[in-house]
Amino acid sequence: MGSLLEERFERWKSETLAKSVAKMPEQAQRAVTVSGTPVEALYVPEQVPDGSARDAYLNKLGFPGEYPFTRGVQPTMYRSRLWTMRQYAGFATAEETNERYRFLLESGQTGLSVAFDLPTQIGYDSDHPLAAGEVGKVGVAVDTLADMEILFDSIPLDKVSTSMTINAPAAVLLAMYIAVGAKQGVPADKLTGTIQNDVLKEYIARGTYIFPPAPSLRLITNIFGYAAEQMPLFNTISVSGYHIREAGSNAVQEVGFTLADGVAYVEAARNAGLDVDRFAPRVAFFFGAMTDVLEEVAKFRAARRLWARIMKERFGAKDPRSCMLRFHTQTCGATLTAQQIDNNVVRVTLQALSAVLGGTQSLHTCSRDEALALPAEEAVQIALRTQQIIAHESGVAHTVDPLAGSYYVEKLTDEIEAEAEGYIRRIDEMGGMVPAIEQRYPQREIEQSAYRYQQEIERGERVIVGVNRFTAEDQSLPEILTISEETTRRQIDRLATVRAKRDATAVGRALDALETGARKDDNLMPLILSAVEAYASVGEICDRLRKVFGEYEE
Amino acid sequence: MNASRPKRILIGKVGLDGHDRGAKFIVRALRNAGYEVIYTGIRRTPEQIVRAAIDEDVDAIGLSLLSGAHKELLSRVAELLKGEGAENIVLFAGGTIPDQDLAYLRSLGINRVFRPGAALSGILSALEEALTGGRSTGGGATT
Repeated sequence: MGSLLEERFERWKSETLAKSVAKMPEQAQRAVTVSGTPVEALYVPEQVPDGSARDAYLNKLGFPGEYPFTRGVQPTMYRSRLWTMRQYAGFATAEETNERYRFLLESGQTGLSVAFDLPTQIGYDSDHPLAAGEVGKVGVAVDTLADMEILFDSIPLDKVSTSMTINAPAAVLLAMYIAVGAKQGVPADKLTGTIQNDVLKEYIARGTYIFPPAPSLRLITNIFGYAAEQMPLFNTISVSGYHIREAGSNAVQEVGFTLADGVAYVEAARNAGLDVDRFAPRVAFFFGAMTDVLEEVAKFRAARRLWARIMKERFGAKDPRSCMLRFHTQTCGATLTAQQIDNNVVRVTLQALSAVLGGTQSLHTCSRDEALALPAEEAVQIALRTQQIIAHESGVAHTVDPLAGSYYVEKLTDEIEAEAEGYIRRIDEMGGMVPAIEQRYPQREIEQSAYRYQQEIERGERVIVGVNRFTAEDQSLPEILTISEETTRRQIDRLATVRAKRDATAVGRALDALETGARKDDNLMPLILSAVEAYASVGEICDRLRKVFGEYEE
Repeated sequence: MNASRPKRILIGKVGLDGHDRGAKFIVRALRNAGYEVIYTGIRRTPEQIVRAAIDEDVDAIGLSLLSGAHKELLSRVAELLKGEGAENIVLFAGGTIPDQDLAYLRSLGINRVFRPGAALSGILSALEEALTGGRSTGGGATT
């Protein structure tokens, strides 16, 4: 036996790795290079003498599947299971979207990701005046459980995991998902997936808020509490940096603000009396990936290490799973250009590669036509094929954290971590994320970065191929997806039919009970579940909560 | 009206769409170019937009939409402006608006639509032309 590092490496192999492989064997696929050289699961520095370099390695990087998880949350990463290929999709009504989901699953996609339209995301029914023109546009319209039943028709919820981008009314859509599962005979404790449920970033960057921060945090912790008992496999939140990045932040701000949001949620849950290790293992994250490949890789690694330290040192988490930053990645739509749209396929490839090299758990690749409209089916297929090529042809999935030890990547990882920690400290000094948002601190920081970035493009200091360099005459554009006005009519008709057929007394009783519960300190999840089971609509439920909680005004 | 008064532009987000990166950039860039700019913030109704435009006595309204709801919402704004006798206010748009909808927007009197990748210099010169020449019937920059 040699140095301490070798000793620890051996221990990782015999304990952490062996345990993981026993549970989830490495794939039979050959992990070899094109030349035939076998590829190991993990490479570590060779012949490092005991001393400061060794200590730095063990403290800052360690081994995958072990604290501080810099090198990855799983010991074998993609050797046992590839990331989940999860294309964000939803448009028009539940019928059209269900058809798209089945197409994606048949094309080899491994999980679903639901895009809801804006009225659903803001808690308005399709017949609400503010929904005019918006029904089924950026996602699927869901008013009642009847829509959700069609959305998941012939999709077995015990086999497919579902991510739902829903925030202010997350509890309502989660309740509908539970109800659909029950109708399929799948109990809540077998359901897998994620709800975004991250309202703080709605105030900062995304805009689909309904209620003020305090009741929003209550709804979120209600979900944490309910899921800890009833649905242990479900991710109860996806703390999202993606929208912060898309609004124009840089990579450091993305990590800093996202993890500061995460801190706020953990604190809110602790204040509500929940034990950290009861809910923290189900907290997930969501980041963007831009085209600066190596900075992105460093960002993902830095975020993992920083979160692990926060959970252990600040919150005293004991369960290693509480310290694991598991994340979904989406390639950054704002980087796509309307000019020479095929170039976007290349941008997305680089961005997706950074996510895989950075150890993502799931991935959405944007489609080449997204600067123009919702993606058409052919464009979505190319985006999914991009992931499949990275997974099966590039070889980067053969070994864990392949860029570890790169002088550049390690230095960037250290710097991003330190600077992001600086942002979190600054926000702590302001009294936490809610006061910081009220002072518009993250908003101003993001606006500043976005303005600077765009100015660099305008001045030609930052080259965007096809936009400010290497331009060409616009080519003819492919067919794009449009949502007809007939969609709105069909959706409103269905809502009217459901309202006519349901037991109005039962709906009224369930909504009254919800309103009463909201005025007290009750966990609202069971009350919302009863309401959706009676076919109360998203708008009706949210209206009752608006009555009690009020609305957030920017 | 004072001829030397800087032109006033209202930049707004109409509908439920929260994507405000482009709108905020334009607000700042127009201010730097010497315009007086009023920004409405996100999630405004057509009624709120037109009310603010009239109260603030603006020369132009620029609306940003990335939600695909541009046809319905912009036609409502144009209709309300007409109802207020405020058709002299130049209406322009930005966002993810496909080619096939440009003719319809022109029929509403919206001749300037700036889409992803539009250069700021082109936006500024198109606005200057529109604001010095009143409501232009020309093509204007569209990308």
